[in-house]
Amino acid sequence: MKCRQCDQKASIHMRQHKLALCKEHYLEWIPEQTARFIKKYGMFTPNEKILVAVSGGKDSLSLWDILVRLGYQADGLYLGLGIDAGINYSHESQRLAQKFADENNLKLHVVDVEKEYGHSIPALSEISHRGHGRPCAVCGLAKRHEMNRIARDFGYDVLATGHNLDDEAAVLFGNTLKWSSEYILRQSPVLPSADGLARKVKPLCRFYEREMTAYAIMRGIEYIYDECPFADGSQSIFYKEALNQLETARSGAKLIFYLSFLEAKKSGHLFVEKNVGQSQLHSCPTCGQPTSTPDFCSFCRMIQKAAETPDQ
Amino acid sequence: MIAKLILRDKVYEVRAGMTLLDALKKSSIVPESVIAIRDGELITDDEVLRAGDEIKLVAVISGG
Repeated sequence: MKCRQCDQKASIHMRQHKLALCKEHYLEWIPEQTARFIKKYGMFTPNEKILVAVSGGKDSLSLWDILVRLGYQADGLYLGLGIDAGINYSHESQRLAQKFADENNLKLHVVDVEKEYGHSIPALSEISHRGHGRPCAVCGLAKRHEMNRIARDFGYDVLATGHNLDDEAAVLFGNTLKWSSEYILRQSPVLPSADGLARKVKPLCRFYEREMTAYAIMRGIEYIYDECPFADGSQSIFYKEALNQLETARSGAKLIFYLSFLEAKKSGHLFVEKNVGQSQLHSCPTCGQPTSTPDFCSFCRMIQKAAETPDQ
Repeated sequence: MIAKLILRDKVYEVRAGMTLLDALKKSSIVPESVIAIRDGELITDDEVLRAGDEIKLVAVISGG
């Protein structure tokens, strides 16, 4: 198979686009398309300061690489979650995030959850009894809280995450199976800023996970290949595998699923958009971040509970 | 006349002369879930596997 642009041997074939490209043209195509999506969805402007949430994985490091190549002012944020599981997972992912930052002379904020709040994510999960024995719910809660805190405290205009189309399609698929209309309507490439909440954007939301893996490999980005030990058997991975089965049988199925959703949502015909938004948010007395409860936010309640619990 | 597909710690032996796509399907590997690398270069799934090939497969799914 040959590259559509130069007749050289292709390195990747994207069936859903009927497009094959060689390494050289693929490494140009991905940033060009990212720039197109940033503009199309009104994510941010060249003058805005971006905080990129980096995990040491292929998507977030590739996103950081692309934004810097496109000339944006993008700093990184790494959250140390304290996950070891016998493979030094957090330590290794932090090393790779720091290596990328150092090699490219980029600024990386590092927040160690255990140092900051006294407990690692797995410990917080045990203490708070959230997530039915898995720390993923606590991890997500802490990530959202801390990413917003750092974006707010350091004056960033926008928080960018490396979610790709497979991530988005898996979330949409899961929410659709349950017809969680509120969550479905909230899903978007851009979550606008609100009082105390930074704008969140997903510039990679139109790329397949396979394409981002190919980008990281071709660009020579060293990323953490091991899966988070707690992700094994997770629902989101199960949904991704199911969608990939579908994609193999019908090229473009994932893309159509996600883009059709965005179109339907934009048209206003998906659901009646009432009771959606942040009209019911209050300010948490401890951290000041918005919360849907009139009292302390979920994160601060969890930390408070952890502080009152003897070390295990 | 064997080619090998290597995914994490598993090795799949397939007949040389078949395409990568057919080899993946025969090995019950979902093509969309991997990137294939031969001699350090990414290859597309229409590539014909040669005897002695060792194709490294990189799993693409992450998340939790």
